[in-house]
Amino acid sequence: MVAAAAALAPRVVGGAALEVDRVSHAFDIDGQLLPVLNNVSFTVAPGEFVALLGPSGCGKSTLLRLVAGLEPPRAGSLSEDGVPITRPYPSRVVVFQDPTLFPWRTVWQNVALGLQAQGILKRERARVDAALDLVGLAKFRNAYPHQLSGGMAQRVALARALVNDPRILVLDEPLGKLDSLTRIAMQTEILSLWQRSGFTSLLVTHDVEEAVFLATRIIVFSDRPATIKAEIEVDRPYPRHRGDPALAELRHRILGLLGADATW
Amino acid sequence: MSTFSASESGLGTSRRPLSLRAAARRSDEGRLARRVAAGLAAGATWAAFGASCLWWDDLGDWSRTQALAIGAFVVAAAVVIAAAAWPPGRGGDQITRRLPWLTLLGAVLAVWELATAKFGWAPLPFFPPPQAILEVYTDDMPKLAASVLASVKLQLGGYAIGAAAGFLTGVAIGCSRAVGYWVHPVLRFIGPLPATAWLPIAFFVFPSSLSASTFLIALATGFPVTVLTWSGVASVSPAYHDVARTLGASRWFLITRVAIPGALPHVFVGLFMGLGASFAVLVVAEMIGVKAGLGWYLQWAQGWAAYANMYAALIVMSLLCSGAITLLFKTRDRLLVWQKGVVRW
Repeated sequence: MVAAAAALAPRVVGGAALEVDRVSHAFDIDGQLLPVLNNVSFTVAPGEFVALLGPSGCGKSTLLRLVAGLEPPRAGSLSEDGVPITRPYPSRVVVFQDPTLFPWRTVWQNVALGLQAQGILKRERARVDAALDLVGLAKFRNAYPHQLSGGMAQRVALARALVNDPRILVLDEPLGKLDSLTRIAMQTEILSLWQRSGFTSLLVTHDVEEAVFLATRIIVFSDRPATIKAEIEVDRPYPRHRGDPALAELRHRILGLLGADATW
Repeated sequence: MSTFSASESGLGTSRRPLSLRAAARRSDEGRLARRVAAGLAAGATWAAFGASCLWWDDLGDWSRTQALAIGAFVVAAAVVIAAAAWPPGRGGDQITRRLPWLTLLGAVLAVWELATAKFGWAPLPFFPPPQAILEVYTDDMPKLAASVLASVKLQLGGYAIGAAAGFLTGVAIGCSRAVGYWVHPVLRFIGPLPATAWLPIAFFVFPSSLSASTFLIALATGFPVTVLTWSGVASVSPAYHDVARTLGASRWFLITRVAIPGALPHVFVGLFMGLGASFAVLVVAEMIGVKAGLGWYLQWAQGWAAYANMYAALIVMSLLCSGAITLLFKTRDRLLVWQKGVVRW
């Protein structure tokens, strides 16, 4: 792992700033417009780790698709370091809830996907190996996705994102389908990757504890169409402790905002 | 843990406890005994087949009866020796698995021999004995071989053209709305028409019967390949496209590295269906227009009431078609190793 980190070290490019400016979006379902985002504005400073929390189906994942450039917003604009986002670009890489590894590619070929798509794989093969080392899956380079466990597959997806040296890493509930032990291990892994590489992170999650444990700032959304309900700084140093009473207090407050604190 | 990993890695034999090793040896011995018994049964039916050739006189005038009998005895001896002497292992298990079929085959051949050549239970010109078919293979080989060559050439050419055209059309429809708009109606209108319906037109539109047949075989192959390739491209999850796009994929990359690999399992179903359809067209085209090939040979044999030649050609044809499908499935297994649970041919 140390060697792999050293291999990555010279290529630390740092995070980019992200600006979301008065963005509204709606889906067209059988001719009916279903509003999902309503006048959402926020900025993320370079290297920040921002978590987006909100009720299920409120439009958080849609916002991530807009950040990735997979769709244009119906109103408002998004920009990366001041440059408007109009299409997908590998400086903003998404890790989805499902690993969506290509079943016909081996682990190594999956991780190499981005470099191959950009036409630089021949020069940069070592980066693929380094990324696999980084997530601890070098031994599985020739395995096919159906031979991996859920946690391993998601780690491959993470390596596939990181190999592109993203300046903004977009995480769409990447740990949502993992068992709780794997989830805890991967939270720590994501945190150390973020600290090492310095990219900006944007994380959508349902897990309040995860958001509190990872993020420097948490944005809480309302029900659909989503508006920003609260922005909360998590002013605790890393490494954080899951039992930290300050984090527990914060968690209680956020659950209150989401209307789910009755049993806590 | 150690026994678990040992048995999983397949290195366990040397580390097995003694009682287990003894049990394994006993089961190996039992397996060998069963294989030898099955081998003797198979040898017996083949020897009976050989004896049935020699014991009674032939009803007709066939020149290969003795050769057939010798061949049957050779097979009988080979089967018994292989069953008894082959070392245990995968090869031995393969032999064991085939022995019941060999036994049945010997018995069927013996009954066939008796029913035709010896006692005439089956009416004679229509049901030739095994030695008559053997006679075709030895005496009419040049003509038969030329027919096989002509058929294979025609089939290969037509199938390759049809498969390539169908694949490209299917990918184009699947990846481009504009292509879909123009091609889909044509496909719906022309595709379901049996390719043989074009026969009369094709034979006067095309300069030669060979090019006409090639076109018809390509048409029969192309339709299923097009439809299945198209549906394969359409079935690739949009999530894969999203992932590739966020990683910087161009449109060309999305087609060649996402849509086509994702569609391949469907494409092979189309290639399989196209192969079946093209065999039918091949035989009909050869019977009607082309003056060469196995279909023509069948037609010619029927014209001369040479029924033994017909059966001989049918057997060759069946081996060729089955071989072509085996080849297709082997190719698929190679290309689609990443898939779980594919059907074995």
